[in-house]
Amino acid sequence: MELVLSIIIGVLFTAAVYLILSRSLLKVILGTGLLSHGAHLLILTMGGLGGMAPPVLIDGVTDFADPLPQALILTAIVISFGVTAVMLVMAYRMYAVHKTDNMNELRGNDEHD
Amino acid sequence: MEFVLLIFLPVIFAILVPFVYKYIKGIHTGWLVLLVPLALFSYYLSFMPLMMDGGHAISELKWIPSLGITFTSYIDGLSLLFTLLITGIGSLVVLYSVFYMDKQKEDLGSFYVYLLLFMTAMLGVVQSDNTITLYLFWELTSISSFLLIGFWYTRDKSRFGALKSMMITVFGGLMMLGGFTLLSIMGNTFSIRELIAQAPELVNHPYFTLALLLILLGAFTKSAQFPFYIWLPDAMEAPTPVSAYLHSATMVKAGIYLVARFTPIFGTSSTWIWLVTGIGLLTLFWGSFFAVKQTDLKAILAFSTVSQLGLIMSLLGAGAISYHTTEAMFALATYAAIFHLINHATFKGGLFMIAGIIDHETGTRDIRKLGGLMSVMPISFTVALIGSFSMAGLPPFNGFLSKEMFLDSMVALQHFELFNFDTWGILFPIIAWVASVFTFTYSLYFVLKTFVGQKNFEQLPRQPHEAPIGMLLSPMILASLVLIFFFIPNLVGKWIIKPAVMAVQPTLYASPEAVDVHVLAWHGFGSTALWLTVGIVIVGSLLYVTIPKWQPLYKIQPAKLSLNEGYDALMRGSEKGMNRMSRLYMDGVIRTYLLYMFAFLSVTMIAVLFIKDAFVIDMTSFTALSLYGVLNAVILVLAVGFVVFAKSRLAAIIALGGVGYSVALFFVIFKAPDLALTQLVIETVSVALFLLAFKHLPALSSHGETAKTKIVNFVVALSVGVMVTLVALSSHSQKLIPSISQYYKDTVATEAGGGNIVNVILVDYRGFDTFFEIGVLAIAGIAVLGMIRLRVSRKETTDENK
Repeated sequence: MELVLSIIIGVLFTAAVYLILSRSLLKVILGTGLLSHGAHLLILTMGGLGGMAPPVLIDGVTDFADPLPQALILTAIVISFGVTAVMLVMAYRMYAVHKTDNMNELRGNDEHD
Repeated sequence: MEFVLLIFLPVIFAILVPFVYKYIKGIHTGWLVLLVPLALFSYYLSFMPLMMDGGHAISELKWIPSLGITFTSYIDGLSLLFTLLITGIGSLVVLYSVFYMDKQKEDLGSFYVYLLLFMTAMLGVVQSDNTITLYLFWELTSISSFLLIGFWYTRDKSRFGALKSMMITVFGGLMMLGGFTLLSIMGNTFSIRELIAQAPELVNHPYFTLALLLILLGAFTKSAQFPFYIWLPDAMEAPTPVSAYLHSATMVKAGIYLVARFTPIFGTSSTWIWLVTGIGLLTLFWGSFFAVKQTDLKAILAFSTVSQLGLIMSLLGAGAISYHTTEAMFALATYAAIFHLINHATFKGGLFMIAGIIDHETGTRDIRKLGGLMSVMPISFTVALIGSFSMAGLPPFNGFLSKEMFLDSMVALQHFELFNFDTWGILFPIIAWVASVFTFTYSLYFVLKTFVGQKNFEQLPRQPHEAPIGMLLSPMILASLVLIFFFIPNLVGKWIIKPAVMAVQPTLYASPEAVDVHVLAWHGFGSTALWLTVGIVIVGSLLYVTIPKWQPLYKIQPAKLSLNEGYDALMRGSEKGMNRMSRLYMDGVIRTYLLYMFAFLSVTMIAVLFIKDAFVIDMTSFTALSLYGVLNAVILVLAVGFVVFAKSRLAAIIALGGVGYSVALFFVIFKAPDLALTQLVIETVSVALFLLAFKHLPALSSHGETAKTKIVNFVVALSVGVMVTLVALSSHSQKLIPSISQYYKDTVATEAGGGNIVNVILVDYRGFDTFFEIGVLAIAGIAVLGMIRLRVSRKETTDENK
């Protein structure tokens, strides 16, 4: 199963980077969303996908999934949500002020070189 | 007494100078400054008896003892000689500057602060026994020289000259630091004395030649040797007292000092002998040849300084030969070098002061406008004549003695039978002789064109008259020294030169008395040097008389091929090239920078994986395929494809939501209930947010991306994806240690009193993470609020370039 997941993570990263490199601001933000999904799945996969039961104590169950990567991912999900929210609002303000979402035009002017 | 502290006396006094300048208006600040070098000079004189007995004095001040860096004042014959030059000529220069620098017009406070700073730096250079503090003071001389050359900072030429000298000398200084570092690695000490004691072992060290070259680079840049002399003529924009002090008598001799100081370590090497002698002679010839071309009095003196420094340098190189032979001639060379160093300081200091006086009294330094000043400025003329004739090597002036010794040494070089000197050695006396002819010519050119010949005072900006006696005092003292030294050369030798020679070649002599040199003004008719001098006088006079006929020859050299042009081209070129280079890759578009980063990351990562043979797949560590997992994987890939290829933003957002939900399904499949819950909620809120924000954003557009950029993007993206997959597979296959999760499973009930291990980790075992994650969310909330609510007006004038 780890093999399949590793390939899927690769696909997620490929798509994410492809979108981040595009000229449309919206696509860049979509790309970062995919990137965080890829990272979360990567942490989970690296912890090992074995384990018969969720990491909750129940009498008679001894083979839990690894709880530590799950705790890490939970933290990462919340943080990436916060970052995505900020980026979205920033994109909204940027468009309101500059009237463009073309990354090639959002590059400062030559006077600042 | 801890005389190491005396090094800092001038700089401590420099702190007081601005107050003196500001609050004591009635008296020229220079008079008070004069006390410092005078006091130092008289104090250091008291070391002379000790040096004559071959002794030395040490005083230490700990600076960074743990690294072995201390301020060590080590005074032996060589240090004392330089110390006396610095303080003695320093006193005369300060005295001269009192009359030269106008109390009302000039910013005397800054001037004397810089000058005193320089004096400390120079004393530090010549007395330091620790290479690191030597370097510290060395750079301090560069900096104070920079400040002094640019003293009249409103002039373009001053700033240019200051920058040029700074660039070249600091370049050399850094090279020297490299040499010192290598030396300290080789000898495991910073102390020059201890390095000298280890000299025989150091010769065979692999770093030896590199250290030698680096230290020589430092010496050659500072002492204006070929091809680094180009900063010296431009440094003539400094006030004349500065030129006289720094650029003739002291700072430019720091390189000479360095060569002399390190001769006991490197002197046995043939590279050292060849380079020091060869470059010295080349510089001697080059400087004297181009001195006749100059029309500015100070420029003539600058080239003459370059040339004389070359002479001293070549003598030091020849002196190092005495490590290989017992021939007395080469022992003489070091003696001659030290002797000429003293002589040059006396006559060149005086000549510079005279040039300043002429500038001061006539308003110009252009030799083409000057002439016939002899009758109106008789004292200046006398001093200039003494200085020039000494420079030309005529009796009865001290330059004659050292020039004879120089010629003798160079003639002896051709008989030396080591390192191929017997083949090429014949060149040395020839170059030396030709250079001496030109030296004679420019000495005559300097003094006769200025003081003799046509009087055309109408052309001059000011009506010339003799300078005030105070201004003449310093050059007169120097000129009388020039005469005195001629008549008592052996006393000077006994007091100063022999201890210095012993310091340069400590292994060869047991005491200063053992230096077996007796200077004679008259060697009899059999002396080679005498006939060479006669030849110099005859040919030199002929050349001087015919100057108008052959001076046009200088024009043959195209302006583009000069070293100055080369320096300018290097500076311009590196600035332009750097500009072009940074514009080449910094185009301001974020995509470009991301491309660099992604490409670099993935390529290096993949390369390292395979070069280090770290890529391993261990199938046995993988868990079995599950049907739900595979199905969900297919769904996820399809959703990702939709996100990438969607034409409308709504479809893209929904597809992104699909990706999120299928990730949540993965969390379900892999037994992570809390993650699944959070993921579902967050994904829902995110999609809602996306929809909210995208309502205000334009439709998805490729903004004219071409197929080519898309292909480049895809290739880079694919390599990142491949990199992540490879790293994931490889690292999962090679787990070195088991997970620590067993601890959590064992203690979650007993220690923390909980049942949900993930939750207990979040709030108990690793509660700090959660705490700051809450902080992140709070900050994000405030940022969102701020960006929506705040409307800061855009100011047009914030651009500092406007």
